[in-house]
Amino acid sequence: MVVGKSVKRVDAIDKVTGKARYTDDLADKSALIVKIYHSTIAHGMVTSIDTSAAEAIPGVVKVLTCFDVPDRPFPTAGHPWSIDPHHQDVADRLLLNKHVRYYGDDVAVVIAEDEVAADQGLRALKVEYEELPFVLDVQEAMKDGAPQLHENFKNNILGRTNYEIGNFEEAIQEPGLVKIEGWYNTPVVQHCHIENHICYAEEQAGKIVIVSSTQIPHIVRRICGQALGLPWGSVRLIKPYIGGGFGNKQDALYEPLCGYCCQMVGGRLVKLDVSREETFISNRVRHAIRYHIVTYARPDGRFVARQMEAYSNQGGYASHGHGICAKGAGAFKQIYVDEKATKVDAYTVFTNLPAAGAMRAYGIPQVSFAIESSVEDAAKVLGIDSIKLREMNMMPVGYVDAFSKNCNYFDSLNQCIAKGKAYLDYDRLHAEYAKQTGPIRRGVGMAIFWYNTAVWPIALEASSCRMLMNQDGSVQLHICETEIGQGADTVFAQMVADTVGIPMEKVHVVSTQDTDITPFGTSAYASRQTYVAGFAIHNIGTQLKNKLLNYASYLTGKPSEEIDIVEGRVVDKSSGELLMSIEELATTALYSTEQAEQFSAEGTTQIKSNAYSFGCGFVEVEVDIPMCKVKLLRMINVHDCGRLINPQLAEAQVHGGMSMAIGYGMGEQLLFDPKTGRPLNNNLLDYKLSTTMDHCDLKAEFVENFEPTSPFGTKALGEPPACPGAPAIRNAILNATGVAVNQTPMTPHILFERFKEEGLL
Amino acid sequence: MEKKLVKCNINGKDVETYVDVRASLTDMLRNDYRLTSVKKGCEVGECGACNVIIDGECYNSCIYLAVWAEGKHIRTLESLLGPNGELSDIQQAFVDEAAVQCGFCTPGFIMTSVEILESGKEYTRDELRKRLSGHLCRCTGYENIINAVENTMKKRLGKA
Repeated sequence: MVVGKSVKRVDAIDKVTGKARYTDDLADKSALIVKIYHSTIAHGMVTSIDTSAAEAIPGVVKVLTCFDVPDRPFPTAGHPWSIDPHHQDVADRLLLNKHVRYYGDDVAVVIAEDEVAADQGLRALKVEYEELPFVLDVQEAMKDGAPQLHENFKNNILGRTNYEIGNFEEAIQEPGLVKIEGWYNTPVVQHCHIENHICYAEEQAGKIVIVSSTQIPHIVRRICGQALGLPWGSVRLIKPYIGGGFGNKQDALYEPLCGYCCQMVGGRLVKLDVSREETFISNRVRHAIRYHIVTYARPDGRFVARQMEAYSNQGGYASHGHGICAKGAGAFKQIYVDEKATKVDAYTVFTNLPAAGAMRAYGIPQVSFAIESSVEDAAKVLGIDSIKLREMNMMPVGYVDAFSKNCNYFDSLNQCIAKGKAYLDYDRLHAEYAKQTGPIRRGVGMAIFWYNTAVWPIALEASSCRMLMNQDGSVQLHICETEIGQGADTVFAQMVADTVGIPMEKVHVVSTQDTDITPFGTSAYASRQTYVAGFAIHNIGTQLKNKLLNYASYLTGKPSEEIDIVEGRVVDKSSGELLMSIEELATTALYSTEQAEQFSAEGTTQIKSNAYSFGCGFVEVEVDIPMCKVKLLRMINVHDCGRLINPQLAEAQVHGGMSMAIGYGMGEQLLFDPKTGRPLNNNLLDYKLSTTMDHCDLKAEFVENFEPTSPFGTKALGEPPACPGAPAIRNAILNATGVAVNQTPMTPHILFERFKEEGLL
Repeated sequence: MEKKLVKCNINGKDVETYVDVRASLTDMLRNDYRLTSVKKGCEVGECGACNVIIDGECYNSCIYLAVWAEGKHIRTLESLLGPNGELSDIQQAFVDEAAVQCGFCTPGFIMTSVEILESGKEYTRDELRKRLSGHLCRCTGYENIINAVENTMKKRLGKA
């Protein structure tokens, strides 16, 4: 059995030798080059575009503008389509825009024979605008009289979630309650996958064939069909290896525009390669969300009532929209459970910033920063150890969420906390560090989190796969759940091997998804793939195995229930006697003149379950108060993601999420000029993505409670590692200095202001 | 468009081609020699994905003009395999330590690792962090990459 073992990645050798081919490596050099003209104002109407000078440049093939594109709005979010119009994503996009809604919006394209001509063409375009007032701040955008971005969304409000459990006003009347209140701000950050988004398109056999760096090939095919007004089967989407995605590529980015450009040049091959500077602004970003949390607790620490307001900055277009903020709104009542009342009012609001979409952990890093900061603040006010306060109020064992039906079966949170505490010697250090004086001080901090696995019951959860056996008994797996770096292909191979009963080296995972070949699936997002594909692989693998057993029964005359397949050997179940090898069985069947059969199995497996994934993060920091600098000393994440399919890859996944949390907590933020809305640091020099120098050694540990809904006992791990780091760092700074910092990233600029306010400087 | 003949040695082989004088070494290696391990992540020397070794020293090939390669010895990831396709020790270490995820930053990191290892020096973990800091990776948190380099360094120095 290989599930549970740290087998090496199936794609590792191709990736360390340069043989792994990514989109640009596959593109023929004859491709015409598409470059995009981006708006140079934050809000306004394009009144005219003079293309004549651009068209006169040698090598420029065609210029297309916002005045040329069809008036056919389409959605871009990488969600499963819903046949219920009320659950469909907001269709607010055109291929190119007359009404530009952020600095960097797409206005026109130049198609040229090479990059130089395309760039010259862009510079020769003369675009005139009628400028409109713009708004960048989320709460300003909600006010009456603020600039309106979209006609049908009054006060720019794209979505709102409000609920009240119990009677909040009545609950807070209880005498003797302590009120703790804070505002918490999270920034605009970007995914920063090292491969920028890129795609190319060509007409072949009457179809538009698009090769793209995407996480979600089948979804992007549907969106291209919608955007181009084509039957969805007339679009063929191919996804090769991709250089990271993290949710940015869980959106249709430029595939529809690339397909359109291809159509407009007679189906010729066109390539649209996005620069790093464009990736930062004109793809997607993480929602900046501002929270206000009020906690009413008894002096003994029990939360009686809490209230949260959330204001999520959507930017110019809906993309994934309110789902991100709503997820955090749901987490608020689940990760901690108030005795009497919980009240939430959460808004997602259009502003003239880049469009926010999905990004690793979909709103939970944001809300975790706010909630885990508020809990730490409450502990300080109440004079109670913050872990004790958490234990008193967090989701209890046996809790069941009424909507998702997710259950906290085990004592996962306490189990995870115990491991994190032990690693840092947290209790001792926390008490010791609280008493420090002097310029250099140390602190420890922690945070817990909650995460769902997959998207049921909000949306469809299904996965289709196909297994096809070769003469040598090896199996191709075609599955639409995609490898985006996380190691999906490897864990799928492990699952196929164990289900069918063949050695792992006999499993060939077809890593490239091609919507003409790969069966339908919704692919990489929501930490769903290992969980959801697990059902599909188990189901289809079992069907394949049954066919093998039936054929072996036909050949040997033994009843199939007395035969098993183990490690590629067809054996007598009771005696273990070898009946034949899997090669012999497959070859015999395929070439049989009596009863020829290539063993295969295929189908869709729908899932109507979900699973809670839990964990925590602990950090130790050293704060140089005069320099306003924070150095990470030690950091650990502990996760309960069920049984580990591949422990080594699971650890690696956790390291990556912790790294993203370090950036979120300490360095990353996209900045915009308040006077113009122009981005100020949309490059990897000025945007401070963490390097090796910004990290301490990262430790990942696990609590393995077998997830009962999954045939492999697994649940979410893709996104959760990014959740607890930033609030844990914030709480460690609080332990070190006594100063609460209520916004990320906690850069020297921010710390300087706060240390000054608190009299440390 | 002005073109110039560039003669150099790439991965042990003397080669020559005419290049656009404005082209970067990344463009030449990828487009003219199809050495696609040389990746484009930013094209302005920020991310390290295009890193190659020129006369024994690492450079971001995206900000190194192709014409400057005249007379130089250039090594890319493709040069590391043994005559029968064997992985080099550092490539094997990246596999064994799970230092690879999406794989896009991997070739650049491995070439800097080669430079570190060929120095024959022993570095502390902090020194390795500094020497690897010219590369950005969003997947791994760098942890297993540093482990791969450190372990290979110790093995080569007979200290593992």
